[in-house]
Amino acid sequence: MHISQVLWQFLIKWLTASALFLREASTIAPYADALYFFLLTITVIGLVLVGTLVFGFSIRYRKERHPVAEQVEGSTLLEATWTIIPLALFLITFVWGAILYFRIYNPPTNAMNVYIVGKQWMWKAEHPGGQHEINALHVPTGRPVQLTMISQDVFHSFSIPDFRVKREVIPGRYSTVWFQATTPGTYHIFCTQYCGTNHSAMIGEVTVMNPDDYQKWTQQSTSGMSLAQNGERLFASMGCNSCHSGSATARGPNLAGVYASKLQLANGSQVLVNDAYLRDAILNPSEHITAGYAPIMPTYQGQISEDGLIDLVEYIKTLQSNYRVQQTLTTADSNQQAPTTPGAVKP
Amino acid sequence: MSATSSTILNLPDQRTASLPKRSYLNNEDGLMSWLLTGDHKRIAILYLISITLFFFIGGAFAGLIRLELLTPQPDLVASDTYNKLFSMHGIIMVFFFLVPSVPATLGNFLIPIMLGTKDLAFPKVNLLSWYLYWIGGIFTLTALVLGGVDTGWTFTTPLSTHYLNTHVVTAAMGVFIAGFSSIFTGLNFIVTIHRMRAPGMTWFRMPLFVWSHYAASILMVLGTPVLAITLVLVALERTIGIGVFDPTKGGDPLLFQHLFWFYSHPAVYIMILPGMGVISEVVSTFSRKRVFGYTAVAFSSVAIALFGFFVWAHHMFIMGVSNYSALVFSLLTMLVAVPSAIKIFNWSFTLQKGSITFETPMLYAFGFMGLFTIGGMTGVFLGALGMDIHLTETYFIVAHFHFVMVGGMLMAFLSGIHFWWPKMTGRMYPESLSKLAAVTTFIGFNLTFLPQFILGYLGMPRRYHAYPPEFQVLNVLSTAGATVLGVGYMLPLLYLAWSLKYGAIAGNNPWQATGLEWQIQSPPLTENFIEIPIVDYEAYDYEWLAKKMEQEVTTVG
Repeated sequence: MHISQVLWQFLIKWLTASALFLREASTIAPYADALYFFLLTITVIGLVLVGTLVFGFSIRYRKERHPVAEQVEGSTLLEATWTIIPLALFLITFVWGAILYFRIYNPPTNAMNVYIVGKQWMWKAEHPGGQHEINALHVPTGRPVQLTMISQDVFHSFSIPDFRVKREVIPGRYSTVWFQATTPGTYHIFCTQYCGTNHSAMIGEVTVMNPDDYQKWTQQSTSGMSLAQNGERLFASMGCNSCHSGSATARGPNLAGVYASKLQLANGSQVLVNDAYLRDAILNPSEHITAGYAPIMPTYQGQISEDGLIDLVEYIKTLQSNYRVQQTLTTADSNQQAPTTPGAVKP
Repeated sequence: MSATSSTILNLPDQRTASLPKRSYLNNEDGLMSWLLTGDHKRIAILYLISITLFFFIGGAFAGLIRLELLTPQPDLVASDTYNKLFSMHGIIMVFFFLVPSVPATLGNFLIPIMLGTKDLAFPKVNLLSWYLYWIGGIFTLTALVLGGVDTGWTFTTPLSTHYLNTHVVTAAMGVFIAGFSSIFTGLNFIVTIHRMRAPGMTWFRMPLFVWSHYAASILMVLGTPVLAITLVLVALERTIGIGVFDPTKGGDPLLFQHLFWFYSHPAVYIMILPGMGVISEVVSTFSRKRVFGYTAVAFSSVAIALFGFFVWAHHMFIMGVSNYSALVFSLLTMLVAVPSAIKIFNWSFTLQKGSITFETPMLYAFGFMGLFTIGGMTGVFLGALGMDIHLTETYFIVAHFHFVMVGGMLMAFLSGIHFWWPKMTGRMYPESLSKLAAVTTFIGFNLTFLPQFILGYLGMPRRYHAYPPEFQVLNVLSTAGATVLGVGYMLPLLYLAWSLKYGAIAGNNPWQATGLEWQIQSPPLTENFIEIPIVDYEAYDYEWLAKKMEQEVTTVG
């Protein structure tokens, strides 16, 4: 092929295929871009200023025009000027950036929750309704979506550039991020934290759909078992129900209504029961003894996968009475009334 | 004077000029006289040769990375190989080139002379630091030859401790040992600057080059041990599983990053501060003017060193640190940007009312000022919390730190090498060729890294072997730039080597600069000064220099 043809194709490709700006597909994106363009503007102004000074002085005071230098000893006024003006600009940037940060990382209370499990080298998305996806995520427009994420092995990072959101996915700890998609379409999911051999293959697509389409999708792609239902099975098969049966004489605390309550611990402290607490209490029970109970629960470290833990957490979240717990334990006593929860202080 | 009106270059008459009979270069002969030397100037030369070697090894890796990224498909090398390439590129460039670059070569050579003393405080420790550098280097090269390491230069746990089967411990040992070489260099500088200044050389008569090295030395001495501890913990975790970073054993994987960045953020200032010192010297000399606001520039170096220790968590804004600690670290990050801005404006105003000439070191210094401004401002993007979420871990951050480290530090290093080359070797390099190299480097650099800012904003993650096809055009531009940049770096290697034998004799003070190092012969004697000078003038006093030269002319005449 002739070289000019290659160059011509390159030019065409440049003009058509390469964007300089990114789509704005979430409610956050315009806010992030506003700060980006502000910063871009002060960068260009700063660069032009430095450029003007350097080139201006170089031309004005080059040796041919100005053969003898005049010694000038600093100037407090000038020093103060170029300390205070950059400082002021940087402080504005700081406040603006902080507001944006809190906007991105504090989810609204009505957000729908989706769990993300990262592992070398794939993303698993688990919807509470029992839809499981790999390297894909379906979300509706117009509804805030919170992702509760955890890694099964190394650090990963969940990034959707078109939404301007990103958060590290950490082993052994839930991290969250939220967004509200605005435009239907498909967008990249990247793992942005280097995670080993196939790091660059740990990518996926988020599909944003109209609420109606999303409704159809959830009905078509459910596995038939919600996460809570999976959790209930696990709860029984791991033998959790033999202690956490909810009866007054049970060896473990009652779990009905425990989620989102404040719990009194044996060491005197009070904790808010959330996803992270529940997960940790299953894996390291000896560090989280409910007041009034003996430290007899064994650790489940290494016995349940992160998916299993998510199922259990979802199950405990939905547990409002112990009716089903006891029913699975002893079918004969299944018509007993659920007792009130000791130790749980209602919020 | 042989100089024309547009230059201050003042070489002696080449028909009669000769190199001094006795100098540090020919004082003793034989390889052993070099390998066992205690002379800071010879050690500086040993370092210069060593870091140049490592720079070109690291650069070769960079070349292969850019070649792979020419196409979106992972087609040149396997993924594991690619990961090893960028890991080795980072480890070699950071620990074996950037950290020792200016301090161990130019700093080693010049600080004793600038202070008016015969050597550093501990000449043998200085030699030991070079040997430690090489032992560390050999460990790293061994890891490379045995098959490489693919942790990334950050050694992030638990990937490095539990999931990789490459030579992590060997490479970590290399960095661990090289760290001690850096601690010894820093220690030597601090003691020398405190205790060995010539009579009359008060703190505020020291060249700014010395001030910036003093600030960097504090960082080296206080920061590097933390890195050493962290790497030992990684090695112990890998070998016997002590569990400090392992969540299943009650450890905290994030703790590693706190410890690592507690060193590695100050390390950025270890790398850039000495470069800033070079720029102060060069800009002053070629505008024939005292540095504008000498005290402000001196204290801004110290301010950078102090604040530099309290910004490490800005590498971790998206990692689930508490929102409030993120606020504090973002604020401190904004504050640390201010002293750098002060320096840029002070250098610009040094030009005002000067008598400016444009020799090669000055061209590199101008390049530094432009590129460092971009590098610094894009740092503010990343210091702003909400903006960081989108830009971190993408090519934006790659471009940002290359603007600071390569556009900043490497330009400063080359500026310094071209500035002091006549002092170190006694010979000049070809002027027009070196100007061409400076311009080539500047153009190549911008072509390489400006597209990466856009790539990062568009979301292309760093350390990606394959990428979506829409990013190709910008990657092709970047690779094209890297080729130009490679030429820009090869040129000085060639003409500087050529100049060793064929360069014009430089004379004592080719730039008519004021520093003490320019008042002695080139190349200097082993003992630097025949008698210890008494300093009775301020730094950058061009009127003193003019008087002195006039006096010499009348004395000789």
